[in-house]
Amino acid sequence: MFYREAGDFSTTYTQDSQTFPIAFDRYRYYFVLAVAFLVIPFIINDYWANAVLLPFLIYAIAAIGLNILTGYCGQVSLGTGGFMAVGAYACYKFMTGMDIYLMGADGEWVRYALPPINIFFSVILAGLVTAFVGLLFGLPSLRIKGFYLAVATLAAQFFLVWLFNKWSWTYNYSASGQINAPTRGVLGYEVTGPTAEPWAAYLFCLVFVVALAWIARNLTRGSVGRRWMAIRDMDIAAEIIGVNPLGAKLSAFAVSSFFVGVAGALFFSVYLGAVEVGEAFGIQKSFLVLFMIIIGGLGSIFGSFAGAAFMVLLPVLLKNILVGGLGWPTDLAAHIEFIIVGALIVIFLIAEPHGLAQLWRLAKEKLRLWPFPY
Amino acid sequence: MKLKLATCVLAGVMAAGPVMADLVFPSLSYRTGPYAANGIPFADGFADYFTLLNERDGGIGGVPVRVLECETGYNTEKGVECYESTKGEGSLVYQPLSTGITYQLIPKATADNIPVHSMGYGRTSAKNGKVFSHVFNYPATYWDGASIAINHIMDVEGGDISGKKIALVYHNSAYGKEPIRTLEELASIHGYELSLLPVDHPGQEQKSQWLQIRREKPDYVLMWGWGVMNQVAIQEAANIRFPMENFIGIWWSGSENDVLPVGDGADGYKALALANPGGDYPIYADMEQYVYSTGKAAGAGDQAKTVLYNRGMYAALLAAEAAAKAQEIHGVADITPAMMRDGMEALEITEARMAELGLPDFGPAFSVTCENHGGAGLGKVQQWDVAAGEWKVITDWIESDKAVIEPLIMEDSMAFAAENNIQERCN
Repeated sequence: MFYREAGDFSTTYTQDSQTFPIAFDRYRYYFVLAVAFLVIPFIINDYWANAVLLPFLIYAIAAIGLNILTGYCGQVSLGTGGFMAVGAYACYKFMTGMDIYLMGADGEWVRYALPPINIFFSVILAGLVTAFVGLLFGLPSLRIKGFYLAVATLAAQFFLVWLFNKWSWTYNYSASGQINAPTRGVLGYEVTGPTAEPWAAYLFCLVFVVALAWIARNLTRGSVGRRWMAIRDMDIAAEIIGVNPLGAKLSAFAVSSFFVGVAGALFFSVYLGAVEVGEAFGIQKSFLVLFMIIIGGLGSIFGSFAGAAFMVLLPVLLKNILVGGLGWPTDLAAHIEFIIVGALIVIFLIAEPHGLAQLWRLAKEKLRLWPFPY
Repeated sequence: MKLKLATCVLAGVMAAGPVMADLVFPSLSYRTGPYAANGIPFADGFADYFTLLNERDGGIGGVPVRVLECETGYNTEKGVECYESTKGEGSLVYQPLSTGITYQLIPKATADNIPVHSMGYGRTSAKNGKVFSHVFNYPATYWDGASIAINHIMDVEGGDISGKKIALVYHNSAYGKEPIRTLEELASIHGYELSLLPVDHPGQEQKSQWLQIRREKPDYVLMWGWGVMNQVAIQEAANIRFPMENFIGIWWSGSENDVLPVGDGADGYKALALANPGGDYPIYADMEQYVYSTGKAAGAGDQAKTVLYNRGMYAALLAAEAAAKAQEIHGVADITPAMMRDGMEALEITEARMAELGLPDFGPAFSVTCENHGGAGLGKVQQWDVAAGEWKVITDWIESDKAVIEPLIMEDSMAFAAENNIQERCN
């Protein structure tokens, strides 16, 4: 009825090619943004920020990143956890003052250190470092495909975790191998450390999410995204019509790793505050993010959000219902939670193999045809 | 998006619980996952002791106790969720039973003015109360544990261990890495050779580590393991016929659940003990009367009298004693977390008090001060006896080498203080 193109006229090409061509969609998008920026910061508390919203936003960035690589460019990656670790450790080094040792003239090692960089730029620099590392590990993708590439990225996962356990420079030689985020702020407001206000940490992450989702959406709509999708759909055909596989695959790896690196940096600095690489960035993390995009929908920005919400919020919700609401024993609830989440994943994938994004697409399609859907 | 918002709203409604006048002790337990075999007995003991206090004494100082259990699965992210969801209910002290979660909570809980008691785990340098105002790790720390193990080896070897080879098999996490610093320091003093063998989470795969041990033939193997890693390590040691009496675990690697699956091969395996094993204590009569026979036991009720059940009970006991102390100091029955912290800092456990509580000759006598949050640093060595099916204590209290440990603690805690701009207290 109100959800349709009719009556919404485009008079310029810009209007015609906008992200949300339907007026109702556009207003919904503005509404969600307004609520996220203007309402939630005022009602947020520690629990909401640290248990619900921060993990959701950060995983959404990671899922968008992996979706660019796997969903849009068709390169399966199991190295997400490792790349998140690169982002986290790079962010740690930048925010505490990156130090390097150079051989001086007298044969002694001299320590040079950058001053600590503002957390905002630390996160972006961490993303760039991760993009470079992702580029390196993306090189094999030019020769190997499919499952074999998945195994190659799996090697990246294990290598990176091993590296951050072994190379004590990355954790500033701390005895326990843990990295701890010191208190840092943006524009005078603390966003990391124990005394950061929940709204500040939330807004900090939200800015990254919105900016990165906007970039991803527009990249995938443009020529870069079309090249990725051409490679995904059939690489030989893409090459014949003039897509450079080297450029397309490596740019997908770089952009994807940038996103994943930013997610890792935020995960460490804003959300957890202290991590150890094996526990926080192990192989489980790679699978978790992969499940998010499979459930959310491959090749969809909305799907990344939906998948992240499904995998992050559902366990918390179930826990609160079963333990908080019904008063079940915690172990029983934890086991039932596994069963329910697992069953839902199976059911979703059988009922809708293209994920939550496809359900959303279908719902919109039906709405446009309403009241006479077919 | 709408679904998501609805989900959030529901989660929020569910998370907000009622506030009641009682003493809340959160139990960040793990009854699922690869660490459950060790997490369950501890959580049961912790809960049962408070049930006993409620049933027998009507709580602590007349105020009933409420144990708030939250499943972490030994996972830091879930640990954070648990902390955030329970701290609003007036939680008095956090005992996360995970070094990783402890590292998370140290800054958070300090900022929220809630004490953390990492009993025999967590960050060793938190012993320095001048820097770590809200973190306690009495009655002993990992560095004490490392030193006690080395001292025991010295006793066995007649005082000289120079040239001996000692291997450390450890959980590749903050927990397992904790003793390395001290063991290296001690190696330079006593002249033994230390080799490090990390085992990755969860620890089911240790073939290569034990192959290396078979090749290097160390004289002694120390272990910092937890959960399924313990059983696997002891099994692997039995498989390569490593002399079990030369295999010594930390106090977290010495429970019944770790040795029973190995069967006869585990005979002679040693582990440190924070407190005595076994169930031969008067408190168990009260437990039987007030908790077990009335069907109020936590979990399946089958863990009583095991090492980790005792330790969970001990953790609850120390918390209850500190709460009572806090009530005494402040003259208020319904104490706040800040008062609890004061109580913990003034805690004094004597032999007489332990006997009064029904646990004579169980744990060490110690007192906590503003400067020292780590207790006396004493431990015993226990040995598994397959024939009897029980742990036998084979030494008296062994003291750790304070002259070595104290400077290390000062160094590490001062680095933390400098990093976080913390002013020294207690001056």
